[in-house]
Amino acid sequence: MSLRPDLEVIATHVAPDTRVLDIGCGDGALMAALRDRGCDARGMELDPVLVERSVARGLSVVQGDADRDLADYPDRAFDYAILSQTLQTAARPDRMLDELLRVGRKAFVSFPNFAHWRMRTALMFGGRMPVTRHLPVSWYETENIHHVTVSDFRELAGAMRVTIDREWFFAGDHAVGSAGANWRAEHAVFELSR
Amino acid sequence: MPPAKASKSYTLPVPLPLDGGQALDGVTIAYETYGELAADKGNAILICHALTMDQYVASANPVTGKPGWWHQSVGPGKVIDTDRFHVICANVIGGCMGSTGPASLAPDGAPYAMRFPVITIRDMVRAQVALLDGLGIARLHAVVGGSMGGMLALSMAANFPNRAARVLAIATTARHSAQNIAFHEVGRQAVMADPDWQGGEYYGSGRAPDKGLSVARMAAHITYLSEAGLTEKFGRNLQDRPDGTKGAKSFGFDADFQVESYLRHQGSGFTQRFDANSYLYITRAMDYLDLAEEHGGKLADAFAGTQARFCLVSFDSDWLYPTAESRHVVHALNAAGAAVSFVELRAPHGHDSFLLDVPALDRVMKGFIG
Repeated sequence: MSLRPDLEVIATHVAPDTRVLDIGCGDGALMAALRDRGCDARGMELDPVLVERSVARGLSVVQGDADRDLADYPDRAFDYAILSQTLQTAARPDRMLDELLRVGRKAFVSFPNFAHWRMRTALMFGGRMPVTRHLPVSWYETENIHHVTVSDFRELAGAMRVTIDREWFFAGDHAVGSAGANWRAEHAVFELSR
Repeated sequence: MPPAKASKSYTLPVPLPLDGGQALDGVTIAYETYGELAADKGNAILICHALTMDQYVASANPVTGKPGWWHQSVGPGKVIDTDRFHVICANVIGGCMGSTGPASLAPDGAPYAMRFPVITIRDMVRAQVALLDGLGIARLHAVVGGSMGGMLALSMAANFPNRAARVLAIATTARHSAQNIAFHEVGRQAVMADPDWQGGEYYGSGRAPDKGLSVARMAAHITYLSEAGLTEKFGRNLQDRPDGTKGAKSFGFDADFQVESYLRHQGSGFTQRFDANSYLYITRAMDYLDLAEEHGGKLADAFAGTQARFCLVSFDSDWLYPTAESRHVVHALNAAGAAVSFVELRAPHGHDSFLLDVPALDRVMKGFIG
């Protein structure tokens, strides 16, 4: 089964045989891939139907709200904390980043880049909040309450003294270089440490 | 209450030490098994029963004639597949279906009655571990239980951490809350207020505290259901009167409402199959449960270093052991670094949902047990 590009990057760059917490793990696709790499993968997911599906795959997933339940985990309980496509839904993304780098030695964060040119042109010429292939939900019902751009994220990391160890960018399924990523990338993946 | 004969029983070779400080001699455990035990004895699943259940998890209960209490989930080709697993279910000590309890004969030849020592969930677990020793089963594929059965499963994980590779605890808690204790106390007082209880010495007297036990069951039964479930099933519907009048109030104290009639039926049916003193002892054991207290006050310490995988399931309509209780256990397991899964399932029927048809529960159990 093929993974979403951001998950594929994460699955490839998590060191084998490590302890991993996947926050917002969905149906457990990334966890299953990490398990195949010998990782001890744990998950957290809000949607009970997705939790049930993950548990049915034999994965260890806890139904929980990342804004609240990450506090359950001791410091440095994991080698990696992974937050894919969830940062923009957090009540306080900055506190979420703190929590990631508290429970994990390193973190992977992926999110849709709101400054992609298609967004910018949709907003500029349409004058309305963009609804795109990757952000298909209207403003009033989207879970994405904190739209973020590549530049915003880099700036937040700097302000929080979080080190960006590696970064990857995608437009569709294609990799995009780091230069001009804030304009060209639909998705960003960052590997972080502190 | 008619005597029950278990198809299999095991008598412990040594006295069973109890949390109360005593040791109980000659403990017999009545149990049922289903499916073949593999040559390496690695395919055994222990199912722990709830307060008023028994070892007849997947076969007809000889007292009631009803199918096993979890027959829809346990059996050949079912979620707990007896074609693959060797399932063991034992009546808890203190029970009344063949395991040593207050109705059993003490060494002096008379029933224990209230001379039976007060036992704990951990004592029940010790007895079941002794049974596993007797059966030569060093490590279970899984220990599984709902409600009190889940308490036994968690207690086994905490006190005998190497005995089970997987722990599945459904609609349960690691400690009895004040509300849980309060409901149990109502039940116990109903039993003990019945003159036929006779200080517990009713065996052979021709009288038993059926009225008191029936009231206890009625009160408890409400806690197993949900308001929405009761409303859906009964609403304010009235019973037909014995003279055939449809749905009229009697302006008396007969069972006018269908829900009254249902509860009375539950209560009286229960007295046909359960010993009142067993009800006192087992509810007491549940009230005493506090796994954190047993382990220095910190629940995470109860599970420190565990290698078992855990799965906890709660139901959104269960107000007896609500989701918060399961989360409390999950929190402790996370702090202990244990591999844990948890899901709150939607089910309208309250605590008893674990015994009813909840397809999502089947999928979770199947995935977890493997």
